[in-house]
Amino acid sequence: MTPDAATSPLTLVPVGWVVLAGAIVLGLAWLAAIVDGVATSRSEASPAGLGRPLREVARLMRQRRRTTVEADTPLWRTGSSGLLVIATLMVIVVPLGSWTVFDPPVGVVWFNAMDVCVWALVWLTGWGPNSAHGLVGGYRFLAQALGYELPLMFALVAPPIAAHSLRVGDVATAQHGLWFVVWMPVAFLVYLIGVLGFSVWGPFSAAVGADVAGGVEAELSGLDRLLFLTGRYALIAAGAAFAVPMFLGGGAGPLLPGWLWVLVKTIVVLTALVLVRRRLPLLRPDLFMEVGWLWLLPAALAQVLIVSVVAAWRG
Amino acid sequence: MFVDILFWVMAVVAVVMGAAVFVVDSMARATYALALSFVAVGVQVLLLHQDYVGVIVILMMVMEMAVMAVYMVMFMGMNPALMPMSMVHDKRKALAASTALFVTLAAGALLVPWPTRRGTPSADTTRALGEALMSSKMLVMTVVSPVMVATIVAGVVIASKRSRYDRLGDDLRGAPDDPQRGGVGR
Repeated sequence: MTPDAATSPLTLVPVGWVVLAGAIVLGLAWLAAIVDGVATSRSEASPAGLGRPLREVARLMRQRRRTTVEADTPLWRTGSSGLLVIATLMVIVVPLGSWTVFDPPVGVVWFNAMDVCVWALVWLTGWGPNSAHGLVGGYRFLAQALGYELPLMFALVAPPIAAHSLRVGDVATAQHGLWFVVWMPVAFLVYLIGVLGFSVWGPFSAAVGADVAGGVEAELSGLDRLLFLTGRYALIAAGAAFAVPMFLGGGAGPLLPGWLWVLVKTIVVLTALVLVRRRLPLLRPDLFMEVGWLWLLPAALAQVLIVSVVAAWRG
Repeated sequence: MFVDILFWVMAVVAVVMGAAVFVVDSMARATYALALSFVAVGVQVLLLHQDYVGVIVILMMVMEMAVMAVYMVMFMGMNPALMPMSMVHDKRKALAASTALFVTLAAGALLVPWPTRRGTPSADTTRALGEALMSSKMLVMTVVSPVMVATIVAGVVIASKRSRYDRLGDDLRGAPDDPQRGGVGR
């Protein structure tokens, strides 16, 4: 974007490395699916475990595509295949140790813009098949998004204020000594809620709920379903990865190299987010709307205020 | 070279998708054709090194079009939004008016004597833009923002069917009479 890479603490690698970023996203999505698969197998006392995701991939790749009457195919396919693309676009601004593929001076806003694209994609996936269940799911997601997005935006505002920069690398390096998670716990928590929200996961999975026959997933089959499900896991992974430079000190840590610390921290956050599905009940979007606007938004604003005062006082 | 090609491709996408808004027969397609058109403009702004403005254009427009999908079912009575429908009203006049406007604007863009660059662009264009917008006009900005917030709040109050007096009674002391309770136990 801008040629002022000299002001960044990071090494910008050639754009071809975006393939590696994509591979890491897929690997993390795979890991998330395995964690969820093992947890599901344990709760059902079934012998399948580690192999669950692989079996599901093989099944979906062989499945015949379901067609519906008067489907809006271009919009439908855009929605179901887009999540994975968005997750990759989120991850490319996350520095892996001291390397980054894409280092815009407004990286934090970039992440935010990408997570807003999920609004469009999930709704399109629900709209496309011309199915009542899908449409209900799509609107459930938009209602939920109106509830989580504003708190998420303000949670994302706190670290850049403390770091005096919207560049992801600067935010990571500004935390030497004290990670932002320590003195902005509320922002971190609201951020994680937002990640669960845009990943349509756990308490925020009403849009794909069983009570509407799978909602936006209802008519998805075969490869489309595979891409959508992988995209959801990839979004949780991308959210976990972005939490590392924002709140968890980036690549900082003893003994291990920076890039490995980034991966380790990402995997810890990712595992926690995946497992939370079994611990929390589903939040109905209409009820969550008030929670988001009356509790989370003021909490995030108060956090931003405290961070601003501290940042101004430090100078 | 690459940037030039990308810029022109985005220009074509923006115009073609803008035109597609009026050609397609579904509100969903029209909405997202418009979104794509705006995203292409956002990418162009990014290519002009206005990083913040470019990313915000993409963010706002995608969000706006997603919310448009909510309005689509909220405000359209018997829900023609879900059926195929024409995206134009009063075709001939609209076509004449929009063609005239497009030609005027395009002619202006092509014929105006653009100034040549003086000095060099700032290293941090976002900051430069912010200072240009804010520093000498801070008073305007501080006045405008509360007025805008007040407008939004007033608009919502006027539009909402049930105010707090309907919910809680004239003395605001009654138990809320809601068809559906909110999520925080009010």
